[in-house]
Amino acid sequence: MIKHRYLPMTDQDQSEMLSTIGAESIEALFADIPSSVRYPGTLSMSKRLSEPELLKHMQILAGKNADFEQNTSFLGAGLYDHHIPVVINHVISRSEFYTAYTPYQPEISQGELQAIFEFQSYICELTGMKVANASMYDGSTALAEAAALASGFTKRKKIIISRTVHPEAKEIVRTSAHGLGLEVVEVGFSDGVTDLQELASAIADDTAAVLIQSPNFFGCIENLKEIEPLVHARKTLLVVSSNPLSLGVLESPGVLGADIVVGDAQPLGIPASLGGPTCGFFAVSEPLMRRIPGRIVGQTVDRDGKRGFVLTLQAREQHIRREKATSNICSNQALLALCASVYMSTLGKMGMQEVAKLNVQKSHYTVNHATAIGLNKMKLEFSSPFFNEFVLQLPQGTDIKEINNMLLEAGFIGGYDLGVEYPELQGRMLIAVTERRTKEEIDQFIGTLEAMI
Amino acid sequence: MKTEKALIFELSKPGRVAYSLPECDVPETDLSELIPSDLLRTKPAELPEVYEVDVIRHYTELSRRNFGVDNGFYPLGSCTMKYNPKINEDVARYSGFAKIHPYQPEHSIQGALELLYTLQKDLSALTGMDQVTLQPAAGAHGEWTGLMLIRAYHESRGEQRIKVIVPDSSHGTNPASATVAGFDTITIQSNERGLVDLDALRSVVGSDTAALMLTNPSTLGLFEEQIVEIAEIVHEAGGLLYYDGANSNAIMGITRPGDMGFDVVHLNLHKTMSTPHGGGGPGAGPVGVKSKLIPFLPKPIVSKHLDGTYYWDYDRPESIGRVKAFYGNFAILVRAYTYIRTYGPDGLRQVSELAVLNANYMMHRLAPYYEVAYPGICKHEFVLSGKKLKQYGVRTLDVAKRLLDFGYHPPTVYFPLNVEEAIMIEPTETESKETLDGFIDTMIQIAKEAETNPELVINAPYTTVVNRLDETTAARKPVLNCTCG
Repeated sequence: MIKHRYLPMTDQDQSEMLSTIGAESIEALFADIPSSVRYPGTLSMSKRLSEPELLKHMQILAGKNADFEQNTSFLGAGLYDHHIPVVINHVISRSEFYTAYTPYQPEISQGELQAIFEFQSYICELTGMKVANASMYDGSTALAEAAALASGFTKRKKIIISRTVHPEAKEIVRTSAHGLGLEVVEVGFSDGVTDLQELASAIADDTAAVLIQSPNFFGCIENLKEIEPLVHARKTLLVVSSNPLSLGVLESPGVLGADIVVGDAQPLGIPASLGGPTCGFFAVSEPLMRRIPGRIVGQTVDRDGKRGFVLTLQAREQHIRREKATSNICSNQALLALCASVYMSTLGKMGMQEVAKLNVQKSHYTVNHATAIGLNKMKLEFSSPFFNEFVLQLPQGTDIKEINNMLLEAGFIGGYDLGVEYPELQGRMLIAVTERRTKEEIDQFIGTLEAMI
Repeated sequence: MKTEKALIFELSKPGRVAYSLPECDVPETDLSELIPSDLLRTKPAELPEVYEVDVIRHYTELSRRNFGVDNGFYPLGSCTMKYNPKINEDVARYSGFAKIHPYQPEHSIQGALELLYTLQKDLSALTGMDQVTLQPAAGAHGEWTGLMLIRAYHESRGEQRIKVIVPDSSHGTNPASATVAGFDTITIQSNERGLVDLDALRSVVGSDTAALMLTNPSTLGLFEEQIVEIAEIVHEAGGLLYYDGANSNAIMGITRPGDMGFDVVHLNLHKTMSTPHGGGGPGAGPVGVKSKLIPFLPKPIVSKHLDGTYYWDYDRPESIGRVKAFYGNFAILVRAYTYIRTYGPDGLRQVSELAVLNANYMMHRLAPYYEVAYPGICKHEFVLSGKKLKQYGVRTLDVAKRLLDFGYHPPTVYFPLNVEEAIMIEPTETESKETLDGFIDTMIQIAKEAETNPELVINAPYTTVVNRLDETTAARKPVLNCTCG
């Protein structure tokens, strides 16, 4: 037997235990596995490394990646380089949080349960909705779940999704819709936001939901005030996917009449980590409360009348309902929801406004600077209002992939190449500017970019 | 300790801040000139105003009201609450892993792609599958992905197969995932030994069978000895075999789902591969498939060029599409890969051997006091029934609550559904004999208390920050947040 730092059983322990069991060997405990399916040799897998060897190996792998510490990032497209307050890592490193399972035993899980209750409260405050759940895998799967909820609630099978929704979220909605037998219809955009005329003519009496993202994939803020009456005229549900950080300054979708608000909490203190794990949030209006997917924490009292928290409304969930459940999700992104909660606790009422404003100011400065020094080489593609991300039109024939490779050599992670997903937007770069970018970095980036085109 | 813990909102005092943001160093423009005022918030979100010490003390106190694997023994059946190695946590935080973007040029994330590629290979080898997708975010997400693959496979052959078969001992997610993937579920009863009843299986398979979903070892901790025959029955009917990998901790290096005849497998990296449960997530649920299902895998997977560089492989015209934004829970995958490298293949086999030894030892020592649902040898977990204690008015739930007073997390209770008053125990391999003995002695003591002083057990727990909570009122009159009511 190999000695290993996570394995406590000594040879003596093992022989004592085997004798209690009445088995001759550990091998005897596997007698129920037919020999025809036993694996005879050693699996062909990565080899064992000692702790120092493994640390070195992982440092080498990590070192092959260009990170946002060594490079200055202007890349967003659904995943942002925001400042992560130092306290967050200290809180989520408390192993009472990260080594716990789902809080099914409430008496010894009050910490997690209260943290989720506070997360739900934060999400309701930001989104202006009545009920939020304990979180979903990510913003994109939350959007797909919203479509499923809307279909179940309205008993309709058609989902309308704007082309300004994140392309990956659209793909996930399509994959999921195929499973559920739903039809997905896309509507186009005009000046960077959902085309209202096209939307109005697409909505019919069989439309379960309209899925809108705001700020949308291009960074533009959708005009929900005008969209809402179009959607509700047909008793269709309005689903809004929102960037929670933008809600520091933007009107909440709840106030604007959304029935379901989803989004990804990544901007709230969650590292990019190549795209995951992040944390989806999911909030609904009151009539949809008992159809919300996933876990929900509720407040109650113990036998002495003391306030406490429990997982509740479990009659919706798969472990009770099995094939009749409203969703198959049986986890939440608790540790990332905790990141988001600590972020909102840290930023607070004033900080959430301030950070959102910094994003608006810096991104708008970047556009002004680019269009001023770029003469006609760099233009703002859309005139619709935007939050912290915008589309820059580069001279015709510009190969954005090539530009990004060159930018990287100069220490910049450039913007997203929109031509990949939108053929009509070849030569357009989606640029994100967060509060982390300084004027000096912005000026250098735009100067470097200008010199390349 | 205060008896009631304040909510963070209740700590708020206007004028306090816990953040530090840079001054605006670009020329400022009035916000309403940049964004039309009807798109701006009229009323700020009512978030608390606290300072940094409040934040730290608040969450530290919450953490002290929580119980994790680092606090003590956590024998939660079917959840594999093994030790979560600290090196995994350190490594996942390296900025070369934590601060990278999936849309960066491929040549600037070669280390990440190499890791993903190697993990795909390692998990393929471990499960006996031909290719693995790392996209699914959790076990249930993996189940749904696997079922969508099965659906695409049948559709590609022009077959309409709408039924998924599950045993009555299966996880609730199995039928729920089948529904979300557009299938109908048929539940079959287990035989008297707790195993799949071959006749019951034969009577339901047919030309409409899409798949049988099986956990092996089952949720009863029993290995399906007739797995080869089961596979034959399903395959002969034209169906596929889906392996729910929740219980893979019992079989690493000993037997592989691919060799048992399974066509699709998901693994729960947050169980078998030691990544922390995080209080409910994040996890990761990679899915492995046999070669005939590879064309349908979600796109992209990570592939390797002839020159040794790695790339996102999007050239998959028959793909079911995407199931998760970006490329799965990368930071969890980093931890799982790190874990695999701490053991290597021989070490992983030893993990399974010791997990099974621990479970059998506990089962034998507890058998005189709690009825073993299905005697014999078990794999990594076993199921007891608390029904003997009912004569004293004590139920399994009471035993679970009494364990809290001794500093243990209770086992899984009332699951699987086909065992009365079920108590499902999974010790894992990272617990010492002393820990197991301590828990066993406590379980024996509670069985005696139930007989001699049942009230003591029924009114437990006594030592926790709250005692039993009113779950009925919580569901009938839900209070789900402290702001909007």
